[in-house]
Amino acid sequence: MTDTEARLSRIRGSVPARNHDARTIAALTSNPGCARRAIMDAAGIDKPRLASCAGFPAPFGQSQFAIARGNAFEAQVKANGCAELLRLLRDQLGLPMPEVSYDDLEEVGGNPSRELRHARTRGLLARAAASGVDAGTLFDHPLLRLEVGGRPVYLEPDLIAFRLHGRFHVVEMKSFAVIDGQADGDKVAAAATQSAVYVLALREMLADLGAGPDAVAHDVFLICPENFSNRPTATVLDVRKQLTVVRRQLSRLARIDSLMAQLPADLSFDLDLDPSGVPRRPPADVAAAVRSVQARYAPECLASCEMCFFCRDEARGSTSALGRAVRDDLGGVEYVATVLRLAREPGVPPAEQAEAAELLRAAARLRREALVEAI
Amino acid sequence: MTPVGRLAEQAVRGVLADLGSGCHRGVVVDSPPGAGKSALVVRAAADLAAAGERAMIVAQTNEQVDDLTDRLAGAQPGLPIGRLCAQDYLPPPRVTEHAQVSVASRVADLAGCLVTLGTAAKWAVLADDVSWPWAIVDEAYQMRSDLLLRIAGRFERALFVGDPGQLDPFSTVDIDRWVGLTWDPMQSAVAVLLRHNPDIPVHRLPVSWRLPEPAAVVVADAFYPFGGFQAGTGPGDRRLELSTRALREDPADEAVAAAAASGWALYELPPRHTLRTDAEAASACGALATRILQRGCVSYSERNPAGTPVTASRIAIGTAHRDQVKAVRAGLGGALADVTVDTANRLQGREFDVAIVLHPLSGRRDATAFHLEAGRLCVLTSRHRHACIVVARAGIPELLDAHPSTEPVHLNVPAKFPDGWEANQAVMAHLAPWRVRAS
Amino acid sequence: MSTLTSLARAEAVERGIAQPVCTVRHVHIADRPLVFVPLAMAGEAGAPLAAMVGDDPRSPRLLAVAQPRNRDQRFAFAAGLAAVLLRYIEGFLTGQETVPGGRGREARTRFPDAPQILVPNRAATGFTRLLGRSTRFRRTEGEYAVLPAVPLLGRWLTFLAERAEYPGSSLLLAATDALSRHWATGQSPVEDLNLAALLGWIDPPEGLTGPQAAAAAEDPLTWPPAGPATDPTFDNEVLGRLIAACDRAEAGDDRARQRARSALEDALTSQLMPTWGLMWQAAGLLRGLPPGAHVATRWAADKDAFTWYAEQLRDGGPPQPRRDTAVSAARRLARLERVQAACGAQRAFDDPLVMAEHRLAGEAFAGRVVAAEPGRQDCSGTRRKLRPHITVETADPVLMEPGTVLTSPGRPRQQARIVSVSVTAGRPSRVLLELSGGMGRGLTAAPGSVPEPGEVTCYATFSDGFQPIPAFPDPADTPWTHGGPPPQYVPADEDAREEWS
Repeated sequence: MTDTEARLSRIRGSVPARNHDARTIAALTSNPGCARRAIMDAAGIDKPRLASCAGFPAPFGQSQFAIARGNAFEAQVKANGCAELLRLLRDQLGLPMPEVSYDDLEEVGGNPSRELRHARTRGLLARAAASGVDAGTLFDHPLLRLEVGGRPVYLEPDLIAFRLHGRFHVVEMKSFAVIDGQADGDKVAAAATQSAVYVLALREMLADLGAGPDAVAHDVFLICPENFSNRPTATVLDVRKQLTVVRRQLSRLARIDSLMAQLPADLSFDLDLDPSGVPRRPPADVAAAVRSVQARYAPECLASCEMCFFCRDEARGSTSALGRAVRDDLGGVEYVATVLRLAREPGVPPAEQAEAAELLRAAARLRREALVEAI
Repeated sequence: MTPVGRLAEQAVRGVLADLGSGCHRGVVVDSPPGAGKSALVVRAAADLAAAGERAMIVAQTNEQVDDLTDRLAGAQPGLPIGRLCAQDYLPPPRVTEHAQVSVASRVADLAGCLVTLGTAAKWAVLADDVSWPWAIVDEAYQMRSDLLLRIAGRFERALFVGDPGQLDPFSTVDIDRWVGLTWDPMQSAVAVLLRHNPDIPVHRLPVSWRLPEPAAVVVADAFYPFGGFQAGTGPGDRRLELSTRALREDPADEAVAAAAASGWALYELPPRHTLRTDAEAASACGALATRILQRGCVSYSERNPAGTPVTASRIAIGTAHRDQVKAVRAGLGGALADVTVDTANRLQGREFDVAIVLHPLSGRRDATAFHLEAGRLCVLTSRHRHACIVVARAGIPELLDAHPSTEPVHLNVPAKFPDGWEANQAVMAHLAPWRVRAS
Repeated sequence: MSTLTSLARAEAVERGIAQPVCTVRHVHIADRPLVFVPLAMAGEAGAPLAAMVGDDPRSPRLLAVAQPRNRDQRFAFAAGLAAVLLRYIEGFLTGQETVPGGRGREARTRFPDAPQILVPNRAATGFTRLLGRSTRFRRTEGEYAVLPAVPLLGRWLTFLAERAEYPGSSLLLAATDALSRHWATGQSPVEDLNLAALLGWIDPPEGLTGPQAAAAAEDPLTWPPAGPATDPTFDNEVLGRLIAACDRAEAGDDRARQRARSALEDALTSQLMPTWGLMWQAAGLLRGLPPGAHVATRWAADKDAFTWYAEQLRDGGPPQPRRDTAVSAARRLARLERVQAACGAQRAFDDPLVMAEHRLAGEAFAGRVVAAEPGRQDCSGTRRKLRPHITVETADPVLMEPGTVLTSPGRPRQQARIVSVSVTAGRPSRVLLELSGGMGRGLTAAPGSVPEPGEVTCYATFSDGFQPIPAFPDPADTPWTHGGPPPQYVPADEDAREEWS
């Protein structure tokens, strides 16, 4: 174990690191500038539990109906050796696939460990990559691996397709609808980023086996329900942009040392769980530990990070809590109290805030005049 | 002719050949900054006229139309040319002094002209029921596709010329209703044209005659990832020399010297989060322009082998916003009244010896899509024939590093390159060796 | 830049209550709007779970779908909603008012009033659009027949959702949008999307400050989400169980079925009732503001659109197409841009606080007239023209170039061209303007048409003046650059068909 890993382990405490999956890796790109999040993600901290323990439980949850729908849709597409999927890829995307075989990589016999399944995936994909034949294969339940922050993370994409012009394509199934060719932009972005994680993992695996990066296409097949039915429809998604974003984020995680050098040496997020799993560490203590790592709160965190309520509370009184655009409008001044003081007090402001003061005073004057005029 | 010149000529001949072959309904030419777009338009128009084909030429602004008219008239004396314009518009003398140019607001009054030029807006509101076998559309990447829709019925075939790396057309309306449609009215004319006609050949002009060699390397790498270009001049063909010694040897002198020596400089102010009308940055831009004049800067190029002084009118200061223009201008004294200070939007198509750029991300805490837009930075860093000095507060790489990627992604929209983030990162990386700290 | 609104947010933080950012109301609020609060099934596109709808705050009507996977029940919901909405709309399809002609148009008539649907937030507007899309193509005969009211509902919902894309339209209004336009809270715009939190800041209950009310609003137990998304905990702990019970009761007798259904409806009502109350509270708050001068003008445009669409429906014809063609898309964009520009100008002209934002950004300035030459004439052309000069002194930043044409809200028919701007550091700027138009005929200005020294005036770079409509080719003449003419619409079978898992 390297120094970095040892330190991260100390920060995490006695619990095992939380497993990443493609969704959580994709979510790492949502606030790269936040040191608090970077440390917690790198150390594999159980963020929802930490937030709860510090007195600010996270607001997230997933509806069982959404989960059921997703599972049902995936089952339908993959039924009968992926018959629906094949029809889609042939008819809708016009892919020439005279013969396709189906390989379910979950059946390794018995209860396979992840390492075993991963090894089998590697073996099969290596064979497919090496063979010159363009015969198509659908690999179901493949298990990939990616190094994240120094630790291996096992990833399970929905499906990996075959060999079209000698390349592998990731197939991603999502249950949000594509209506008249359009889908929710945020959901598609999340799907694209997750797919990019899979593409990266697959490229790494094949690179180990000697294949070039082109062995895995940057075009992902996104399968979604069409309009208001359960009929699936396929769209090609170019994830090159998402690939660079994820790669960037993973390399940032790898440089966590420079961040950790600035932290107090005795920092620990260990909740001191008792045998039944109840945290014994006092909330105030936990909160103090969290506060010792700087955050970069923005209202966007409310949709993407379990620590959001904690950080929002900490940010009360700052203009960042009001949003990036609002802070920008107010001349970049950090605190609400400062904004109001600069806007109201006559006299000469400190040189650094002179321009902001001028803007805020003009704004305050105009606002006052207009409110008076209206009476 | 130099090898580079031959390369450029070959490309132009390729375009004209495709045009003349009659195999295609349209031809698209991607033209990086200073690649001779206007010269190509003039040659194509002359070719068509020589073949007896009537042609209509479409540009986006009156200034562009007047420019093309002047150049075409100069290149083809005796060719009857029509300048179509609004009733109350008076073209400038450089157009009207050509006897062969007729100016009118109705096509009927320009019946004898083989080539007729006008703005897209004017072509769109024309009431006359006339059409042309040929059209040449200039700045087609900067034209919105709904405008093309209104004029495309007037021509059979067309040549579309433009710069894919510069500013995209936009709308103040913000909805997703048409995103993904092949005829999305908010996309550029070329984007829509190619989606419906993928067989149309796309040529690339491979040489920039404006940018010096050190600039071409940076701009091509950052903003033209799929089809770069090279400078028309070699290293050393363009020089800047300072004829007086530095009085103070301060950072401004250092920056001017760096720019003169290498073609680039990054004048870095101390890091601070500021308003965009950052007075220190605005006055730094002015101070650098002043210093260039004070040091008696002389430029040597293939146009002026004996050297010519860099006067105020050969210097431009470019910004992202109009209020920044005002802030910069406010700091310029009388001696610099001829210095052009303008936004990227309005600097498009113009050329100077030295450009000073107030970096769109300077002083910002967070980047927005507007400030990251590659096209804006591309325009600002591709105006110069000799040198470009970028003025920015320290902290841009950190800002880029912390930038969250949470933009929505839409289906059936071809991915657009270069990515603004990548382009900004590439430019900062290229500028790093030429950094001069202001304090 | 919206520095003034952001400053108001800062003030709201300090005072613990939302601060006004408008002095007048910029939306139309009907005397009798129809409030529609929909809930959607998690994981399904536009699949309705329940809705509370009505035009009387004391009698909400609950519509619910006990088994969202059951096609018949979904369309029963649609039929139920259609009954309420269509009856409401019908009330406005009577009477007429005359619109005088002018500008080359003849006098015409339109309905004297139009319906107004209020939904909680933009997501609900999106849901309305989806519901319209999923119902307007249904057939009334054949294999997958639905009641005739269902496709008619779909067309009206689609019309309303498309109209909602127009800035300044009030036919389908999202409460969070309307409230946020008029008040700035001490929280972020993201948090303002929560209707309960937003109202908590604007109109906190007795004894609570704005932030306290907003914090309380985040507890889904007391303030369930305004929808269309339901609270996941509600889904997992309550709804799942009740829907399963309804499924089981299908096999049983009527009483069991009724009991299961009642339990479900009670639970759904508990999720919808609080938002129902908030909607009427929002309408009341907005009604309390005096209307801006141009609100009636924009509502008149809404009435025109309503009248036009009612005529379309009467004349028959296919439902609104799925996507726009090249020509219809370009036409629509042109209309939206015109309407947006006009609406923005109108709001600024109606409201000094809105104008103040433009003044801060350098797009307008206000000041006192310090000199005037009302009789000045321009003799340069063939005819003498009256072109008075005035000089305005202003402390606002003046970013415009000489030659820019400005409009004054006080004299909208008059144009003012900037002749020169003189700026001295630390002192107010002086702008010399040349005026034309709005002064009557002849070479003497009508009394009051030229600002006099001492008068306070305001000039802006925008105006809501008439913009000519651009000409577009006929769809049949769509050029090759845009893919040629689009195929004719043929109602396809798959429009009516659906597959359920």
